[in-house]
Amino acid sequence: MARLIKQQQVVGSDDWQIIEDDAAVVDYAVISLTRWQAERSALAAHAEAGKLGLFLNSDETADLIGDDASAFALIAIDFPKFTDGRGYTAARLLRERHGYQGELRAMGDVLIDQLFAMQRCGFDSFSLRDDQDTEEALKAFSTFTRCYQTDVREPRPLFRRRA
Amino acid sequence: MYVYDEYDQQLLNERVAQFSGQVARYLDGKIPEEDFLPLRLQNGIYVQRYAPMLRVAVPYGALNATQMRALARVAREYDKGYAHFSTRQNVQFNWPALEECPQILADLADVQMHAVQTSGNCIRNTTTDEYAGVIAEEITDPRPYCEIIRQWSTFHPEFAFLPRKFKIAVNAVPGADRAAIQIHDIGVNIVRNEAGELGYRILVGGGLGRTPVIGTEIRAFLPEEDLLTYLDAVIRVYNQFGRRDNKYKARIKILTKALGIDRMRELVEAEWERIRDGEGKLTRAELDRVKKHFSEPAYKDLQDEPAELTSARSENPAFARWLQRNVRAHKKSGYAVVTLTLKQKGTPPGDITAEQMDQVADLAEQYSLGELRSTHQQNLVLPDVEQAQLFALWQAAKANGLATPTLGLLTDMICCPGGDFCALANAKSIPVAEAIQVRFDDLDYLHDLGEIDLNISGCMNACGHHHVGNIGVLGVDKKGEEFYQISLGGSSAGNNTDEAALGKILGPSFARERMADVIQTILDFYVDKRIAGESFLEAYRRLGHAAFKEAVYGPAD
Ligand code: SF4
Repeated sequence: MARLIKQQQVVGSDDWQIIEDDAAVVDYAVISLTRWQAERSALAAHAEAGKLGLFLNSDETADLIGDDASAFALIAIDFPKFTDGRGYTAARLLRERHGYQGELRAMGDVLIDQLFAMQRCGFDSFSLRDDQDTEEALKAFSTFTRCYQTDVREPRPLFRRRA
Repeated sequence: MYVYDEYDQQLLNERVAQFSGQVARYLDGKIPEEDFLPLRLQNGIYVQRYAPMLRVAVPYGALNATQMRALARVAREYDKGYAHFSTRQNVQFNWPALEECPQILADLADVQMHAVQTSGNCIRNTTTDEYAGVIAEEITDPRPYCEIIRQWSTFHPEFAFLPRKFKIAVNAVPGADRAAIQIHDIGVNIVRNEAGELGYRILVGGGLGRTPVIGTEIRAFLPEEDLLTYLDAVIRVYNQFGRRDNKYKARIKILTKALGIDRMRELVEAEWERIRDGEGKLTRAELDRVKKHFSEPAYKDLQDEPAELTSARSENPAFARWLQRNVRAHKKSGYAVVTLTLKQKGTPPGDITAEQMDQVADLAEQYSLGELRSTHQQNLVLPDVEQAQLFALWQAAKANGLATPTLGLLTDMICCPGGDFCALANAKSIPVAEAIQVRFDDLDYLHDLGEIDLNISGCMNACGHHHVGNIGVLGVDKKGEEFYQISLGGSSAGNNTDEAALGKILGPSFARERMADVIQTILDFYVDKRIAGESFLEAYRRLGHAAFKEAVYGPAD
């Protein structure tokens, strides 16, 4: 049972589905980076309709998709283990460097206690691990009122905002 | 010292609330053990052999009397009445109950202390010179930079789950390395360029552990306002490309070696170019704001060598000895910097009782403007003592077992908690330290030997910095039995040199009972062969490794 949170609301699930590289591309398919690189032009129509998503493995860095990012309506970044922190950098770079404005989803081992930092790195949708309590999860978004660093939501670090 | 404003305090209070919630969910069975582990580590809680250990941060070693009393209270109320100062200038409690940790952290938050990122694969406590701000040799006070790094690294959104732990140290004394920056993931050396501007020389990829490496220069000069964006760039490269498949190969030193320093530099510089002028760039206003917290106290106008001091010194040889060893020059005339040693015979190095902690707090208030420091050699420092009061201070410190006049000498050992507490240990380290303290307790002998760093670690993780001890002792496991391997010639640099060196293994390891004898043999050889004024390390370098090896193991056949 998928526990999906979008924009800090529990939505349960939605239409996006990850497909295998040899499966036909349907609306709301989430494809691999390899497939995008190989079949780019064939996939353009889906992309243009806003119905194509991209799945990034944790060892795929943001610059591999680069400014192509905006072709996708959804980018899902995998966390094979929650202690694998590469996805935080990937998310930030997609948002801050490659101008990605679509939905950015954390997938895999996505746990309550990481949501706050994920949201700061630009994730706005979270496919929680099955055992996570969605009520608790919603509370996690307001763990800290103000943080020290620059991040996607608040580009000015605290030292530029201190009274 | 830095005083929190409402923003800092709010963040810390929210952290206490967050962690209390995590502990409650864990105790309720809502967070499985393996998910809880990284959460508690990020708040300094280990599960050790017998009980959890709570590691409280002492950011860059700076403490005030109120904080020391709060730590004493924790030791008394939640622990067995003592605490341990570690080689990262932090303080560890060995017996708190997990259930009580949230309350302990709430109590500590009231005095602006915390356990944030004292463990886990994140950016750890930044360390620096314990004499920061009070010695004439430094280019500038390194503490404001450490505080700026502390804030930048606290709950950094991108770097909570790095491949491995990440340590930064800052040195500000030219021609010296007073914070062992060469054995840190990033070493920051505060320097001036030819135009006289302040900035940093940055080293990367140093570290001890299984693969000890001395850090390499990645940037010769980084302008003052570029510190944080450059750190972001280095760690961003590391977070993306550091190995995650093998924890022994996950530190940035391994990535730096694998890529080569030139490629590493290229990646970092390319990343940095893209963020250096962004919002994350430090501002002059912020540098000034933080520096203001460390402005000089209102020192009195005093003369060096007041009459009280001169007469007390000539009348009291024990006091004179303590002055010579444990007291060093202050940048202000009439003041002195005093080290209170936590190296008493019969006590594990770095250990301190709750009573002593209260006494130290009193001494700090009475004699040192209320401030103190913890050191990476596991001692405490009173930074601002009037020379005229040194004798009174010495008497009070001596009465409380805090004036062993052995700073920098053989028995001023660095020693990790080892097998008595640590679940990772191969062997106990405290009993070895104890045997050495017992064997070498003659002060005349110790003073005659001169400065020697003896460092002990209970396993390859090297928390006791054995690689950089002039004499290093490493606990090893031989078919389930505890043995000890000796290395010689290491150095973490220090006052007079900025060249760190890694020790070389002497030969087959020894059983614990033999350790004091073997150390004795090594020292006898040195005493016998030294030429006037030559330190142990100098004699080792002159005589060579083979000579010492032969002294210990006999001639090779
Ligand atoms: S060196 Fe090993 S035994 Fe000693 S504290 Fe570190 S991990 Fe534990």
